[in-house]
Amino acid sequence: MNIQYSDALVIGGGLAGLRAAIEVAKSGQSVTLLSICPVKRSHSAAVQGGMQASLGNGAKGEGDNEDLHFADTVKGSDWGCDQEVARMFAQTAPKAVRELAAWGVPWTRVTKGPRTVVINAQKTVIEEKEEAHGLINARDFGGTKKWRTCYIADATGHCMLYGVANEAIKHQVKIIDRMEAVRIIHDGKKCLGVIARDLINGQLIAYIARGTMIATGGYGRIYKQTTNAVICEGTGAAIALETGLCRLSNMEAVQFHPTPIVPSGILLTEGCRGDGGILRDVDGYRFMPDYEPEKKELASRDVVSRRMMEHIRKGKGVKSPYGDHLWLDISILGRAHVEKNLRDVQDICKTFNGIDPADEGPKGWAPVLPMQHYSMGGIRTKPTGESQWLDGLFACGEAACWDMHGFNRLGGNSCAETVVAGMIIGDYFAQYCKNNGEVVDTNIVKEFLSKEYQYLKSLVDKEGKYNVFEIKNRMKEIMWDKVAIFRTGEGLKEAVDELEKLYKDSQDVKVHCKELDCANPELEEAYRVPRMLKIALCVAYGALLRTESRGAHYREDYPKRDDLNWMKRTNTYWVEGETLPRVEYEELDIMKMEMPPAFRGYGAKGNIIENPLSEKRQAEVDAIREKMEAEGKSRYEIQDALMPYELQAKFKKPNQRIGVDYE
Amino acid sequence: MSRKLTIKAFKYNPLSKISKPHFVTYELEETPFMTVFVCLTLIREKMDADLSFDFVCRAGICGSCAMMINGVPKLACKTLTKDYEDGVIELMPMPAFRHIKDLSVNTGEWFEDMCKRVESWVHNEKETDISALEERIEPEVADETFELDRCIECGICVASCATKLMRPNFIGATGLLRTARYLQDPHDHRSIEDFYELVGDDDGVFGCMSLLACEDNCPKNLPLQSKIAYMRRQLVAQKNK
Ligand SMILES: Cc1cc2nc3c(=O)[nH]c(=O)nc-3n(C[C@H](O)[C@H](O)[C@H](O)COP(=O)(O)OP(=O)(O)OC[C@H]3O[C@@H](n4cnc5c(N)ncnc54)[C@H](O)[C@@H]3O)c2cc1C
Ligand code: SF4
Ligand code: FES
Repeated sequence: MNIQYSDALVIGGGLAGLRAAIEVAKSGQSVTLLSICPVKRSHSAAVQGGMQASLGNGAKGEGDNEDLHFADTVKGSDWGCDQEVARMFAQTAPKAVRELAAWGVPWTRVTKGPRTVVINAQKTVIEEKEEAHGLINARDFGGTKKWRTCYIADATGHCMLYGVANEAIKHQVKIIDRMEAVRIIHDGKKCLGVIARDLINGQLIAYIARGTMIATGGYGRIYKQTTNAVICEGTGAAIALETGLCRLSNMEAVQFHPTPIVPSGILLTEGCRGDGGILRDVDGYRFMPDYEPEKKELASRDVVSRRMMEHIRKGKGVKSPYGDHLWLDISILGRAHVEKNLRDVQDICKTFNGIDPADEGPKGWAPVLPMQHYSMGGIRTKPTGESQWLDGLFACGEAACWDMHGFNRLGGNSCAETVVAGMIIGDYFAQYCKNNGEVVDTNIVKEFLSKEYQYLKSLVDKEGKYNVFEIKNRMKEIMWDKVAIFRTGEGLKEAVDELEKLYKDSQDVKVHCKELDCANPELEEAYRVPRMLKIALCVAYGALLRTESRGAHYREDYPKRDDLNWMKRTNTYWVEGETLPRVEYEELDIMKMEMPPAFRGYGAKGNIIENPLSEKRQAEVDAIREKMEAEGKSRYEIQDALMPYELQAKFKKPNQRIGVDYE
Repeated sequence: MSRKLTIKAFKYNPLSKISKPHFVTYELEETPFMTVFVCLTLIREKMDADLSFDFVCRAGICGSCAMMINGVPKLACKTLTKDYEDGVIELMPMPAFRHIKDLSVNTGEWFEDMCKRVESWVHNEKETDISALEERIEPEVADETFELDRCIECGICVASCATKLMRPNFIGATGLLRTARYLQDPHDHRSIEDFYELVGDDDGVFGCMSLLACEDNCPKNLPLQSKIAYMRRQLVAQKNK
């Protein structure tokens, strides 16, 4: 019986898990981190575009601060987020970027003097200030008031991940890769650790710790069309669900990105449009200004994705063997720009489609279609990152519903979340591990270990009826056909029914290779697919019940955002032995919001069923603000009066900016 | 016009008492812009569920999927089948790394060890105040550091290297590139003496025989040879001091 102990245990070695592990290591405790793949191969490496933080260094970022970043994030979320968390986040993001810079992440820097950029398809010259020279630069991204996305060409995630992983190695985080967490060990109240399976030799190991954190990323691979890496299967969230205690929240909030390339689904970063690239239809016509005159290609992702699909439905798509698509044109940025700042994009287009996107005219246009991209939902946590329902279990990054994204996250806010949450939650987690834990009842651990062994053995022994790959592919199709960008009650009902049947079938599959003591890819599918189906059911079922449209969740039969009935978070949980999740709701309190619900500034106007509390709260907010401004109070004091929030002092400190210092 | 592809994959499970190294041949229909990733996924789903191989990003950026493709180490997800005229593709695991099973090798442990050997992190005595303005870096200097930061730890240069085969402890082009990267980064305050301590021997920069295969095969087109030569000049100067 193999039982391993450490003070803290982190599952997942993407940006979130690694950054959190560093925070624990810095507190002087031992920390073990498990990952399916070598950590530098985690999906975080795929971040191309960049990370939002309101440094305000560049000319187009001038005047930026936490307040604007917060406001953009709340609007972007379509008022679905937890505003206190959004505040914690916006305040800490500049610190996260600066810390990464100190760790050697080679952020692109500001060069003083004039530079030519493309804005709204026009070449424009902007002048960078002398005093900004050498500071971190930022590019434009969708849904933001300022150019706020810090970047390194289009390999931002790669550099960030390497910076953080190297720092973790330095701090002696014990990294164990090819080790998959397959079960959470708990006593009904407290999490004790996990059972993990060694993907090289098949061995089961119990990792026990005072506190456990899940940072396993998103669940995009439940969809047929997705930008996500093949390991983004959501099994980390699923094992939390399988405790029967933890809640997965807002699982129906799934983001679709406008510009993955067809057919491989590899992403062409939002930076393409941020830097000035445009969308064209079958006639080569730039259609976005017709739909979104103000923000055009740079409205938020859910809006652009829907507009594209709408345009395709009007017959303006380009026919291809893989279905209709549209074109992304970045050649207008000029070859030099593409070859420097969008190099990976160029490489992807060349390799996977034989197109050079720097070529002018139709030759250089890349075929694109909106696809699944990001999981706003996840393991529900308090602002400290701890589960409300299972002591000692924390979640962080895309796997979590810490809830700063609500129903739509802004580009560049996600890798920012991973490191920011890694810092904040990592610190709370470290405190928890220091103050809690101790005596573990090894009988419980042994019981979990032997149960898990029996389960895997039963999978290989069973002469089941079904093929696990067929079930998996069918699930992906259902999700893509019926639980994607446009949703209807009817389609969602069909999806739930069919997924439930697939879930039952998944209990009866045949695994051909019977070996338990080595890498066995079919066995791995056999225990992962039922978990993926549980996740899929949480998504589809939550979407069926949510009879409104908010952010990325769009119901054709309920096209309005319904603030009267749906200012709430969906919480799903799973009772062992059942074949559907159970659902309960958590109210969002408008009267506590710093920014009560209003129009987002893009998408159709007047599409909201208003809640009278919004107006009431807005009047309160306005009155407080007016009074305090008259008294000459600072923006920090006003913010605190409107919506106080907790944050560790080291992260809450004001951020210095050129021109305004710590103001 | 679609054609038939013949994929020959190496199979062997070192953990099994009965497994013997052998090749298995699979035939499949080629589709436009098909990659080896697509082939292997289809093979696993439809013909041989037991075949082990590694992919993560399937987009040429994570470095998981390097393997020997008709004798040359390449990223399988970025390798198009149409580039093989006769439609026959032979797949083998990369040498130089611990074999896991079939096409899968343990690059993760090798690279973690490499990172520890060259202390692949910024060395700096300063405590950074993350609330204050960041250190200014000349834009070109940041860009140059980025150019050297692009290694994806795929291991192709290592598998390409004859020196490495003769000298198992050789740090490889990627390890030397990493030292050049930190030498170049103004945030890192290590001196050339410090780097000499780490790689100033035959398992390091003086082991390289300049056979160039590393640079030829690197999927990121990193300037491996010129950086190794640069490090060597710096360290020779140091040695002769
Ligand atoms: C193509 C693409 C481009 C993107 N670009 C941007 C961008 O420009 N800006 C931005 O802000 N965001 C971007 N995102 C989103 C962002 O990349 C992710 O949200 C973020 O990286 C998630 O990080 P994470 O640490 O939560 O998880 P990940 O990086 O996904 O890491 C998950 C980790 O968990 C491990 N794991 C999973 N399951 C288990 C298990 N059962 N047991 C053990 N380990 C497990 C994995 O091995 C991995 O180490 C992009 C996403 C995609 C798909
Ligand atoms: S230097 Fe090139 S070949 Fe070598 S590991 Fe890095 S990316 Fe791969
Ligand atoms: S799978 Fe990531 S490089 Fe091939």
